[in-house]
Amino acid sequence: MPKLFSGAEIVFKCLKDQNVEHIFGYPGGAVLPIYDELKNHPSIKHILVRHEQGAGHAAEGYARSTGKPGVVLVTSGPGATNVVTALTDAFMDSVPLVCISGQVPTHLIGTDAFQECDTTGITRPCTKHNWLVKDINDLPRIMHEAFEVATTGRPGPVLVDIPKDIQFAKAKYFKPKKKIKLKEKSLNGFKQSDIDQLVDLMKKASRPVFYTGGGVINSGPKASELLRELVSITGFPITSTLQGLGAYPGDDNQFLGMLGMHGTFEANNAMHDCDLLINIGARFDDRITGKIDEFSPKSKKVHIDIDPSSINKIVKVDLSIVGDVSDVIRSITKTLKKKNLNLEKSNKQKISKWWQQIQKWRTKQSLNFVNSDKIIKPQHAVQRLYELTKNQDTYITTEVGQHQMWAAQHYKFNKPNRWMTSGGLGTMGYGLPAAVGVQVAHPKKLVVDIAGEASILMNIQEMSTAVQYNLPVKIFILNNQYMGMVRQWQELLHEKNYSESYSKALPDFVKLAEAYGCVGIRAEDPDELDEKIEEMINTDGPVIFDCHVDQDENCFPMIPSGKPHNQMLLGPKDQEENKITGKGKALV
Amino acid sequence: MTKSKSAYSTPSKLGKIDTHIIVVWVDNEASVLSRVVGLFSGRGYNIESLAVAEVDHKKNLSRITIVTTGTPQVIEQIVLQLKKLVPVHKVGNFKREDKNVIFKEMALLKIVANPNKINKALNACKKYSPVILDQTNKSAVIQITALRREIDKVTKNLKPFGLVSASRTGAVAMTRGAEIFN
Repeated sequence: MPKLFSGAEIVFKCLKDQNVEHIFGYPGGAVLPIYDELKNHPSIKHILVRHEQGAGHAAEGYARSTGKPGVVLVTSGPGATNVVTALTDAFMDSVPLVCISGQVPTHLIGTDAFQECDTTGITRPCTKHNWLVKDINDLPRIMHEAFEVATTGRPGPVLVDIPKDIQFAKAKYFKPKKKIKLKEKSLNGFKQSDIDQLVDLMKKASRPVFYTGGGVINSGPKASELLRELVSITGFPITSTLQGLGAYPGDDNQFLGMLGMHGTFEANNAMHDCDLLINIGARFDDRITGKIDEFSPKSKKVHIDIDPSSINKIVKVDLSIVGDVSDVIRSITKTLKKKNLNLEKSNKQKISKWWQQIQKWRTKQSLNFVNSDKIIKPQHAVQRLYELTKNQDTYITTEVGQHQMWAAQHYKFNKPNRWMTSGGLGTMGYGLPAAVGVQVAHPKKLVVDIAGEASILMNIQEMSTAVQYNLPVKIFILNNQYMGMVRQWQELLHEKNYSESYSKALPDFVKLAEAYGCVGIRAEDPDELDEKIEEMINTDGPVIFDCHVDQDENCFPMIPSGKPHNQMLLGPKDQEENKITGKGKALV
Repeated sequence: MTKSKSAYSTPSKLGKIDTHIIVVWVDNEASVLSRVVGLFSGRGYNIESLAVAEVDHKKNLSRITIVTTGTPQVIEQIVLQLKKLVPVHKVGNFKREDKNVIFKEMALLKIVANPNKINKALNACKKYSPVILDQTNKSAVIQITALRREIDKVTKNLKPFGLVSASRTGAVAMTRGAEIFN
């Protein structure tokens, strides 16, 4: 007779066969048999978080920085509901997560038992798929399928809900089959004729632009290499979404900076005036497109995406290529090389006027700000952080708000998987647990969470996790005592009625750091900034850096939504001439 | 135009709205219907009617027929989003006007009236192959199969003849001729 294993054992056997090394979790009644089994599997390290949302975001940070799926283990009821925000965040930003949740025993399901909730019902809209395991014999198949679904096609979160009696029950175990059904759901759907058509459009274009997104990152480091080659041989300008930063070097001359609501003047104008727009792994998010009716009105649009439902969802395109970014770019480059050995040169001539126009936009220097020697400007703080950390392989996470946009604008990324931020869902409290996850995956690397003082308080408890596992994350708080982005909108659109956006009773972050058993550093003067940042970098252990910045600083440039790309609001100087009035107000 | 100070752009003008019949072949497993229906409600799509039942016991397949309305862009999204669901095998999409597809709904109509009126009622639905499933001195249950708007009309016409209760299915669909949908 083949050996029988308990449900809890099967969970770990599956995790091992899926090469899982770390899981992020929090124990509780309905998941105790699995926790009991943990001791028998030294190759799998469990990171005990302080809140299940933290476990989810930590797993996201882990996944984004490694390309491997993040694994979460939580109990039933509140354990599962606490992780919902992180699952939704991962769903929006296409991060592969496998969440295992305990459930009350099968015979109690539906009886409102202690810590019972309809976990699969609650998480159905925020996962790619979920399973309630009602028969122990299904467990090995479901566990393997969960990893398959999470990581193939457009990645995303999945959840496996395991009742406590199933964790005790026994069954045979089998290893993952080579190919589990999933059919064409994950296959490349493009043909050579699509590529030929694109190459033809590229040949004819005189004002082309690449618009790349998180899909390039998700396609693996190879995709970034291929993208760099493609951009280089075509000579086309390239802009990136928030999630795509790092796929192309941020300091390269062909890079126009980030586009969208807080993107650069040159990137947004290029999007508006181009005659060929090549979207690679981005999804025409509403923070990117501005007013849809006036979005890139003169261009032929090409959309390369692995998810067929992303095509024509927001913007109707002229050519769609469904496939993995790496495979598609490889085909394009191959075809370009085969068909047009001298495209590079002829193209460069053809688009030289376009580059002249772009240079003109660049002279606006839309990311500029008025620096001060009395008070630390938040943009200046990010710039100094960049200058002082760019010599090493640094991983940056962020929370959500002004600091996030300043980080995206002023920190230049040169490699993929170095930038972890909550884009789609915009989850305040993402950055610290994400940094914990990144640091777990890369124990020797410098990991900095660029934070705001409001966001950081949403998951501050994870400092305790960082201290427990000696994870030297650096929390770089741009402290303006306001929910800065809320305050900015209230200033611009609600007659400076700063309704509930000021935090009156903030903690002393230095003392808070000390209370958690780590180091606190405060900077209030521009003169001391560099020295203190150095001190932070050189501290061996977690640090909370409380950087007091100008309270009134706004994040520019900015497209008020409802406006097209070519009607940006630039910094304070430009504002005098372009006040937002009347109808525009409703649209931001 | 919305007057609220919203964080989002205002809607652009809508395209023409069509009625489509979406046929979905799914694994007959727990909660598969709620995945399909949840997709519709979660993304704000419309469901006019829904019919679902197992069609292949051996392969454990169910067939869901959904009548929906939307702009061409929305209909395309519905099909593509459905295809992404793990238990979904294939998705068919037919315009209601499509001549190659047969659509039928069934209704059970309870008439409480004297035999004379019941006869008149039967007469009124003669075109829709009526079958008397139950009859007493003062009542009858009639089964008809027809299109949605025909049943709408019949039920309206039967009111004076003593229609007290109508139970209706959603539409089911089948292509004409020897071809099957792949």
